[in-house]
Amino acid sequence: MSAHGSPRPKAPLRVWIGTILIGLALLAAPFAFAYAGTAWVRIANFAVLYVMLALGLNIVVGFAGLLDLGYIAFYAVGAYVYALLASPQFGLHLPFWVILPIGAAVAALFGVILGAPTLKLRGDYLAIVTLGFGEIIRIFLNNLSRPVNITNGPQGITGIDPFSIGTFSFAKYETFLGLQFSGPIKYYYLLLALTLLVIVVNIRLQNSRIGRAWEAIREDETAARSMGIDTTHFKLLAFAMGASFGGLAGGMFSAIQSFISPESFVLVESIMVVSMVVLGGMGNIWGVIVGALLLSFVPEILRWTVTPVQEALFGRMLIEPEVIRMLLFGLALVLIMLFRPAGLLPSAVRKRELAASGEAPLVDARL
Amino acid sequence: MDTFLQQIVNGLTAGSVYAVVALGYTMVYGIIQLINFAHGEVVMIGAMVAFTVINALAGGGLPPLAVVLIGALSAIPVCILVGYSMERLAYRPLRRAPRLAPLITAIGVSIILQHLAMLVWSRNILAFPQIIQNTTFTFFGATISSVQIAIIGICVAMMAGLALLVYRTPLGTAMRATAQNPQVAGLMGIDVNRVIAATFVIGAGLGAVAGVLFGTYYGIAQYTMGSVLGLKAFSAAVLGGIGNIPGAMLGGLLLGLVEALGAGYIGDLSDLCSYGWIAGLMTERCADGGHFILFGSNYQDVFAFVVLILVLVFRPQGLLGERVGDRA
Repeated sequence: MSAHGSPRPKAPLRVWIGTILIGLALLAAPFAFAYAGTAWVRIANFAVLYVMLALGLNIVVGFAGLLDLGYIAFYAVGAYVYALLASPQFGLHLPFWVILPIGAAVAALFGVILGAPTLKLRGDYLAIVTLGFGEIIRIFLNNLSRPVNITNGPQGITGIDPFSIGTFSFAKYETFLGLQFSGPIKYYYLLLALTLLVIVVNIRLQNSRIGRAWEAIREDETAARSMGIDTTHFKLLAFAMGASFGGLAGGMFSAIQSFISPESFVLVESIMVVSMVVLGGMGNIWGVIVGALLLSFVPEILRWTVTPVQEALFGRMLIEPEVIRMLLFGLALVLIMLFRPAGLLPSAVRKRELAASGEAPLVDARL
Repeated sequence: MDTFLQQIVNGLTAGSVYAVVALGYTMVYGIIQLINFAHGEVVMIGAMVAFTVINALAGGGLPPLAVVLIGALSAIPVCILVGYSMERLAYRPLRRAPRLAPLITAIGVSIILQHLAMLVWSRNILAFPQIIQNTTFTFFGATISSVQIAIIGICVAMMAGLALLVYRTPLGTAMRATAQNPQVAGLMGIDVNRVIAATFVIGAGLGAVAGVLFGTYYGIAQYTMGSVLGLKAFSAAVLGGIGNIPGAMLGGLLLGLVEALGAGYIGDLSDLCSYGWIAGLMTERCADGGHFILFGSNYQDVFAFVVLILVLVFRPQGLLGERVGDRA
């Protein structure tokens, strides 16, 4: 706790230089990706989208310590809100800057709806209930095509509008200052800007009164309550805020894809986002970003290398890259928990916790 | 009345399978407070192994019952091996870790098992060969098939056997002692590690049989079948009171009934045309016996989750569980 109380030391020069270099690299990245092929720009976009999702989930899991295995439901809510309000489905075509906040708000509402009845639950019970909630949302999306067609069922919604302001559309190809901006590249910058915003919000939250309350609840809820923290209020807030980021990311997903169906919001996606948070280091914003980027790019690199390697070795493809990806992903979860339970870049608090595991409240000392 | 009785028969059949799977969750949870997420995959592997064996032997001249029996008997050791290695490699090293760690490992194990099964048995839905002559009996307008009777019978027998094991044998006593307090149990000379391993092995064995029964009943198996089945069985275990063995049996049967009756009646209940005043507002849709059904039986899978959430909110200790204080 005292770590946050002391004034922060001034950042040295090399931190500034590093930040500027990273910034330049991020700005130049889409063109490097475009050089490798437009597919890679899309992959980069999804990676940034996953960073946003993982940061949203990090509020719930990392800050407040509530394991949510149904997080993708909020992503789905955001995506469907956007799709329904900007597609031929209902003939509505509202502008994106109107819908995105609506999507985030609706997702936050769902977060509260999920949070309110489950507040009493802890740890693994909460995980299962949220998982059930995620499945319920998906089953509804799959079936709300009868008797009134709302979601168009398993076929999903097509022809979703891209983002546009006036005549400027994010889907069109454009040349500006001699540089060629394809649709995905424009989306990249938008995603980058929004993600930076989300990162700033996350950092500000972590060091705020709210963030400290979440940390206290995570460490020991009973103690937090007896210190006068309104645990109900703060847990609901964590659910709502995490969900709203999920909803925002969902809206972006909808527009970039221009097609969504319940297929995109299956359980394994929730688990994927949880893994990003866990792999990187729960509660550490930079760790979570690294986790999200790793889990987004490594599978793609696999996809592009596994097939040629297998063909060279065996003359044909024995195991699909998708399967190898999932196997490695499962293995990574197990190995990380066995050997680096706090993640690749653990947060300071977690490190402290694990060092003093004898007295940490999270440790079940019964065995 | 016909529907009602029929859905009760179907519900009891599915419910007894849920109950046997739920036992696997509840025994492990009772002893080490771990939700063994991968238990559903063990059940799936049981069904898959039995499928391969039955498929290979079908038409080989053996009596059908013997074929199914051999299928089940070969599924059991495979599942036991999976269950044991899972405990040994993924869970045992994490006994002292924060509680979320083994839960996340369990998710990892579940993903690994699912995709290994996919490599072995393909993505396709596999049709179980229907080799058993299925005779049906009718009573009071409901029909029950010989397979359904066999499933209910086998499940009840397994539950009785497990109850005997847990309450009447030295191993059972050791299991109950370990569940109450592992440290003291260890001091009393109980090999806690062996007891925990035995719990996983027994749960996996039961799961294997449940998988075979499930596959024979619905006639299909797929590498994804474990996750939903596992979730439902887990809901059943929570409904009965997790960690409580009779509770898992009761919870399984009840969940099966709720699901079957729910699926049987939700269409009628949510048909807006059957409510006079609403039907008055929608004369076009409801004319000539028309229907306006909000929720059909395709929402069947929702019931288990709704039951789970309701139980956890209103009676977190479950029907037969004891109220325990908050443990951080």
